[in-house]
Amino acid sequence: MTRPRRALPVRLVKGFAAFWWDFLVGDTPELFIAAVVTVMVVALLRVAGHENAAAGVALPLLAIVALTVSIRRAQRASRRK
Amino acid sequence: MIAVTVSSSAVVLVGAVFLATAVEMVEALTIVLAVGHTRGWRSALEGTAVAFLSLAALVALLGPALVHVPLSALRLIVGGVLLVFGLQWLRKAILRSGGLKDLHDEDAIYRKVVAEMESADASPRRDRIAFVMAFKGVFLEGLEAVVAVLTLGSSAHRLGLAVVVAVAAVLAVAGTGTAVARQLSNVPENLMKMGVGILLVSYGTFWTGEGVHVRWPAGDVTLVGFVGLYVVVTWTLVAVVRRGVAGTRRRAVVR
Repeated sequence: MTRPRRALPVRLVKGFAAFWWDFLVGDTPELFIAAVVTVMVVALLRVAGHENAAAGVALPLLAIVALTVSIRRAQRASRRK
Repeated sequence: MIAVTVSSSAVVLVGAVFLATAVEMVEALTIVLAVGHTRGWRSALEGTAVAFLSLAALVALLGPALVHVPLSALRLIVGGVLLVFGLQWLRKAILRSGGLKDLHDEDAIYRKVVAEMESADASPRRDRIAFVMAFKGVFLEGLEAVVAVLTLGSSAHRLGLAVVVAVAAVLAVAGTGTAVARQLSNVPENLMKMGVGILLVSYGTFWTGEGVHVRWPAGDVTLVGFVGLYVVVTWTLVAVVRRGVAGTRRRAVVR
């Protein structure tokens, strides 16, 4: 028995959401979470704490930490295989 | 003498848009060449043309709308998106360079598409399968390039320049690809992807900061500093991954 096809607007919305999910999260949710946390930390430092220098240093530093953690995760996953 | 001032951010913008578009177009061209060689060029080129028109319509629709978003908010959102997008590209390129992930093989993609096309029935009039395959290949690969053009161009208030650079990249890849036919596997795709990743993360860092009103000590030149910083980080991580892979292989041989 074949499943009934969904209406075009539903398929378009689902396709649009799937594209952005795959585009931003995909198989590396840790990078998405890290970017969100980075933006929040930097915004807090700059806007609430008025710490311009700390915000400017924290931004690239957190990005580098996120990339390193994600690479280490991939290395561990590869060793387990 | 006419003094020409080219800001460093414009140079980075041109590099990022050109490389991002070129990398995606190499992948799209592989699919179009495979479809064209196997099923004939008419439907393959029609599918390609419709895909390009759809992508151009997306840029024309979304580009002017983005100009109306307040600059700080736009740069914060775009900065965050570029940070995620760039880190993903960079991660993949580092893992490929380090030998932990297979390199993108255009020859294998070509063979796969040809096999799919040969097993499908041919229509006597118009080849719907060839049209859809070419359209999907160009549209899906082109979508990432469109996101790069829209985000980078609108945040820098240089959408026109970004579009011109993207069109130049498409023409360059199409011209080179047609000339070398199936030699696309010789394109140093991973190196290009690494370059795009570095540029996207640099822009992402710069604009996220601008979005929350960080005052960069060297203004626009800070962007070039970020590029240098991420080049060093990438080079270090590639070396670390290579050492890890070599160590695993040595242990496997000893056992």
